[in-house]
Amino acid sequence: MSELNNTYTISVYTENNLGLLNRISAIFLKRHISIESLTTSQSEIENIFRFIIVVSITKSRVERVIKQIEKQIEVIAAFYHSNEETIFLETALYKVKSKSLFNEKTIQKIIKNSQANIVTVSPEYFVIEKTGWRKDTEKLYDELEPYGLLQFVRSGRISVSKEPMNISNILGLNTDK
Amino acid sequence: MSEITKISGAEAVIKSLLKEGVDLIYGYPGGAIMPIYDELHKYEDKLNHVLTRHEQGATHAAQGFARVTGKVGVVMATSGPGATNLVTGIADAQIDSTPMVCITGQVASHLLGSDAFQETDIIGISSPVTKWNCQVTKASEIPEVLAKAFYIAKSGRPGPVLIDITKDAQFELMEFSYSKCKTIRSYTPVPNYSIKQLKKAAELINNAKKPLIVFGQGVILGNAETEFKNFIEKTGIPSAWTILGLSALPSDHPLNVGMVGMHGNYGPNVLTNQCDLLIAVGMRFDDRVTGNLDTYAKQAKIIHFDIDPAEINKTVEVDVPVLGTVKETLPEILKLVNKNNHQNWLGKFHSLYEKEYSKVIKEELHPTKEGLSMAEVVKEINIASKGNAIIITDVGQHQMVACRYAKFNESKSNVTSGGLGTMGFALPAALGAKMGAPEREVVAIIGDGGFQMTIQELGTIFQTGSAVKIVVLNNNYLGMVRQWQEMFFEKRYASTELVNPDFVTIAKGYYIEAKKVSKREELKSSIELMMNSKKPFFLEVSVEKEHNVFPMIPTGASVSDIRLD
Ligand SMILES: Cc1ncc(C[n+]2csc(CCOP(=O)(O)OP(=O)(O)O)c2C)c(N)n1
Ligand SMILES: [Mg+2]
Repeated sequence: MSELNNTYTISVYTENNLGLLNRISAIFLKRHISIESLTTSQSEIENIFRFIIVVSITKSRVERVIKQIEKQIEVIAAFYHSNEETIFLETALYKVKSKSLFNEKTIQKIIKNSQANIVTVSPEYFVIEKTGWRKDTEKLYDELEPYGLLQFVRSGRISVSKEPMNISNILGLNTDK
Repeated sequence: MSEITKISGAEAVIKSLLKEGVDLIYGYPGGAIMPIYDELHKYEDKLNHVLTRHEQGATHAAQGFARVTGKVGVVMATSGPGATNLVTGIADAQIDSTPMVCITGQVASHLLGSDAFQETDIIGISSPVTKWNCQVTKASEIPEVLAKAFYIAKSGRPGPVLIDITKDAQFELMEFSYSKCKTIRSYTPVPNYSIKQLKKAAELINNAKKPLIVFGQGVILGNAETEFKNFIEKTGIPSAWTILGLSALPSDHPLNVGMVGMHGNYGPNVLTNQCDLLIAVGMRFDDRVTGNLDTYAKQAKIIHFDIDPAEINKTVEVDVPVLGTVKETLPEILKLVNKNNHQNWLGKFHSLYEKEYSKVIKEELHPTKEGLSMAEVVKEINIASKGNAIIITDVGQHQMVACRYAKFNESKSNVTSGGLGTMGFALPAALGAKMGAPEREVVAIIGDGGFQMTIQELGTIFQTGSAVKIVVLNNNYLGMVRQWQEMFFEKRYASTELVNPDFVTIAKGYYIEAKKVSKREELKSSIELMMNSKKPFFLEVSVEKEHNVFPMIPTGASVSDIRLD
């Protein structure tokens, strides 16, 4: 019986190191695993960075990949979670011709119904922001598309796990703040 | 108040190396590393730099040195082509867990990214094959980075580290102070073992009727030869080795049942699929060891002792993992296991050995054919060395034969490129081994193909006067590939035949004493002549051209389907 692929959110806590992104992505490249999204940012701990990587692979593969990631010297810890175990979001920006906003009545309705926000309006274009799950940002995309999207961009997934990850414990830091 | 004297980054490199106890470097100079070489010149009484004839040779020499001494091998090279020439040796050290620190020069930091002369992104190139790497652009960072480099290279599961230093950082002045690196908060070199797993493992061992140990280089890297011997002697468990585990247990030890894997011994391969408990000690279930995973030791419970958590369940699912170094875990488990012997079970190995002997080994060691066999050459080396030599092998048929038939009394005596299978490894590695263990006999056994990949290191051997004994087993073929062509590609010998030069003349051209043998009557005396020489010696032996190495597990086959012919 072959195992099924599942979407996993991999969280990697690291020291700040120039070459680390290269090393981490090489782990996926070496195994021919494509990365669906990747974000890096400061974490909740000072000077500790956090990578969030979304991949679609089997459980046994993700377990092995996690160990390879943890093996990197500057990686403090790595975790993987299924969608059920995380709270996650993505943000999308949609740039549309201003003409549409004023001429097409339905556009305003779409924005309202989708709970998106207008970020900016100029004589030439306006920009809408929508944060949510992939299906929400995709739905809005489909709805706006007929009116002519000038640009569209979606961020990588950001997520927090439901269970604690206890990085401070691993580092022996006191975080009773 | 005393005035603080400033030194250059280049001098800081040398001082840092001295603080780490380094007294030997292999390398090759060039533009981007000249300031460091200039300092080397000043410190040449403390630090011996050996100029190899190619940067790849420097890496393998450093590997040979590291493998026989257990110390970190150190390599230097310039930027660009100097740095890229290191890559094969670094990859080899990574896959065979060899501690090595490579220092490369880099273009000045203001030129980074401008495609400057001899600029290559060696950090990017070497990332997938180093345990750690780091670029230094400020002199002040040098001591700390080098301290980290040495700590990472040798701690935990050892491996290669590359430090790339821009030329301006080599010139820049700094205040030198050095403290050794003792910990890195994001790095756990030795994971803790769990008492629970240890107890489970002991219980499995105490209940096993047909246990088999397969040990690898972890025993050697952990300096745990004694602990290992105590463990197997108390439990009485037959013990087989992977190619990198060879020499950790003396060849004549009664529990030594030979080599596992593709060209290993018949008994341990067949019985891998009959044992009820497989105990892996410091080995990583390489595919050359396991054959087809779907049929590998499925009937057995498996215990895996390893220092690297990423090796647990990587290819073979295990029942009980025991993390940590075997230096610590084996004495712990020794307290929990019962004294035992497995004479009947051990007898099975012996009877399968008899079968292998009559079908393969006898003819190999005592050929009835006219042509010389590789194995009889190895046998003569054993006799002359009394099993006390360090044997370095290259890659191919001669490697398999040498590892199958060489005899060892001492650990750290088998040096070969196992995981990467790098042709060209042996000659420079033998130089490094000899410099690391000058009091020992070092014999390199090399194929006619691989010899020509790093043949120029004869120059380094001559220049350093290292009394390496070089044996080329000349079959005029890339023998191992030819064997596969014969067996699996209907004898289509595509580009495997070699028209070779006169090796003896070449060796003599490097002022190395040299001899060629092609007759059995001359073999023994020639080997004695070589072994008795106090200088480097080159011996070419013409061996049977189209000879195959057996036993063999064909790719994709099960270990128990190992073929004797
Ligand atoms: C650098 C490198 N290139 C190619 C190979 C593939 N290869 C493995 S064994 C072998 C033949 C080696 O021939 P030789 O050195 O004459 O040794 P023999 O097998 O004849 O003993 C080759 C080409 C390799 N292992 N390493
Ligand atoms: Mg050959």
